[in-house]
Amino acid sequence: MVNGQAEELIRLESITKTYGTGDAEVAALSDFSMSVKTGELLAVMGPSGSGKSTLMNILGCLDTPTSGRYWFAGQDVSRLNETELAHVRNRRIGFVFQQFQLLPKMSAWRNVELPLLYRNTRDRRDLALQALDQVGLSNRVNHRPTQLSGGQQQRVAIARALVTNPDLILADEPTGNLDTVASKDVLAVLKELNEQGRTIIIITHDPEVAPVAHRTVRLRDGRMVQEVAA
Amino acid sequence: MSLLHTIETGLRSLLGHRLRSVLTTLGILFGVAAVISTVGIGQASSDSVTARISSLGTNLLTISPGSTVSAGVFGGGGSANTLTMADVSGLADHQNAPDIQAVAPVVQGRESIIDGSSNWSTTVSGSTPDWLVANARNMGTGIFISASDVSKRGQVIVLGATTASNLGAAVGDLVTVKGIPFQVIGILASSGSQGFGNADDLAVVPLTTAQDELVGGAGSVQRILLSATSSSTIGSAYLEADQILLQTHHITNSSQADFSITSQTQVLSTAQAVTQTLTILLASVAAISLLVGGIGVMNIMLVSVTERTSEIGLRKALGATPGDLFRQFVIEAGVLTAVGGLLGVGTGLAAGYIVPRTANIAVHITPLPVLVAVGVAVAVGLVFGVYPALRAARLAPIEALRAQ
Repeated sequence: MVNGQAEELIRLESITKTYGTGDAEVAALSDFSMSVKTGELLAVMGPSGSGKSTLMNILGCLDTPTSGRYWFAGQDVSRLNETELAHVRNRRIGFVFQQFQLLPKMSAWRNVELPLLYRNTRDRRDLALQALDQVGLSNRVNHRPTQLSGGQQQRVAIARALVTNPDLILADEPTGNLDTVASKDVLAVLKELNEQGRTIIIITHDPEVAPVAHRTVRLRDGRMVQEVAA
Repeated sequence: MSLLHTIETGLRSLLGHRLRSVLTTLGILFGVAAVISTVGIGQASSDSVTARISSLGTNLLTISPGSTVSAGVFGGGGSANTLTMADVSGLADHQNAPDIQAVAPVVQGRESIIDGSSNWSTTVSGSTPDWLVANARNMGTGIFISASDVSKRGQVIVLGATTASNLGAAVGDLVTVKGIPFQVIGILASSGSQGFGNADDLAVVPLTTAQDELVGGAGSVQRILLSATSSSTIGSAYLEADQILLQTHHITNSSQADFSITSQTQVLSTAQAVTQTLTILLASVAAISLLVGGIGVMNIMLVSVTERTSEIGLRKALGATPGDLFRQFVIEAGVLTAVGGLLGVGTGLAAGYIVPRTANIAVHITPLPVLVAVGVAVAVGLVFGVYPALRAARLAPIEALRAQ
């Protein structure tokens, strides 16, 4: 639940991101500002071309803004180099993608273990099994992605996002490839994680997501058009 | 990511594409095997050329009289008989010529040898006990001419193996040359060489006997055979002999020397240059095949990077640094070539065992080319792995993730 005294986890200050140069220059985000508190469950919505993906890339430290500043947990991450950004992603952010992005030749727990390999953690198997347990898949740890349903695959992906104990879980269209039942299932898992205190941002155009979120930010043409608190 | 995990990840991905990995490895395998076996064949043929020539007496220098060019006029070898026994004793002085082992003056002519009813015409040389050493020959049966045979003008003869068998002569037989009786005291062991002329068809008598009874010209010698103390001292033996003869002949300008010295090292170095050129040629072809194998590795790594773009994007999103991905792909390429290289060594060694036994081609494998071939293979893998690995490391995570 949103706590009035909760600390600010994310602050975007006048973020602009442009692609191309000269006449072909397109601003995917212009002068965008936003703040997210620790423990929030935020939905970012908007039609395609609204700048959602660009926002997701910047929030996820996958890309840097053309101008403006991005504060993540008190650190200015808008001018970090690729290696430093990789460290921020590894330590502080867990990703959930529309296409699940599981490696097909690895079992569920090997997939969940992946981010731990990039930080040299001990007890990786135990941590992976714990994370799988949290998403209710403790009986599927040795299954390969192809042996799992879409909803189960997305839960493996959520476990992978969880396993590093990140400050933020960033979900990009997590229900985009799922049927209604599986969508509800995945949203329930995310909601539950949020209730345990995790900050979650869901970028989506699925109207089912908004009711779950504390707050919904709507984008159009790279600008915030509406901010609704639940 | 720790090195161990990087290697583990690399191995997993290679095992995930078994057929492709095996085929790529084959390119390196054959390259390395080809380098090892061709260098082995080259080494063996160089060894055998050296061995054949040294069986002719590699350490041998021959001094012939007469200048090749005298005051601008080509005199022709042997056109003047200028070598004497004084030259021989000068050359045999170990103080002045420490690198000369044996000095054998020679006079020779073509004579008929008669043993009872058989008759054989051959080269009969008059020489001293050093002849045996200078020519690097051994006795088959009996003994060689001794110093006292030379001083007493002994009527004794030593026959080459072919000569003896053609005459049907044995040690102890009495043969006649130019009507003079000679006792056969020894028969030379076969030289085994297929050199110029048959080194087993000849006869040797004491120098003095030949000078007095057969060839004529007491005190003069036609040629002087020298042997150096070892094959590495031929050069200095040559210089010592040249110096001594210039002195005893009172010649100050060496271009007007009335003798010439030739060595078999000239033949040897020509033959070695030929085998070396052949070895280099063979090894270059093999090295090119190794290079082609390396390009195969690069090709496969590029395919692998393209194919795994979304995996690379995912790994980046999960926190892999550009360095992590670079190392992962370089290690994959390195593992492919290292495995290929080691299997190539096995194949090369196996070829070194099988080829001499089936194709009658000698192969001599030495450790150096083996180490070099493996080192080059791994270096090739790393070098050709770098470009694909850089491509992987530089991929933008978002675009890589979007690729499906």
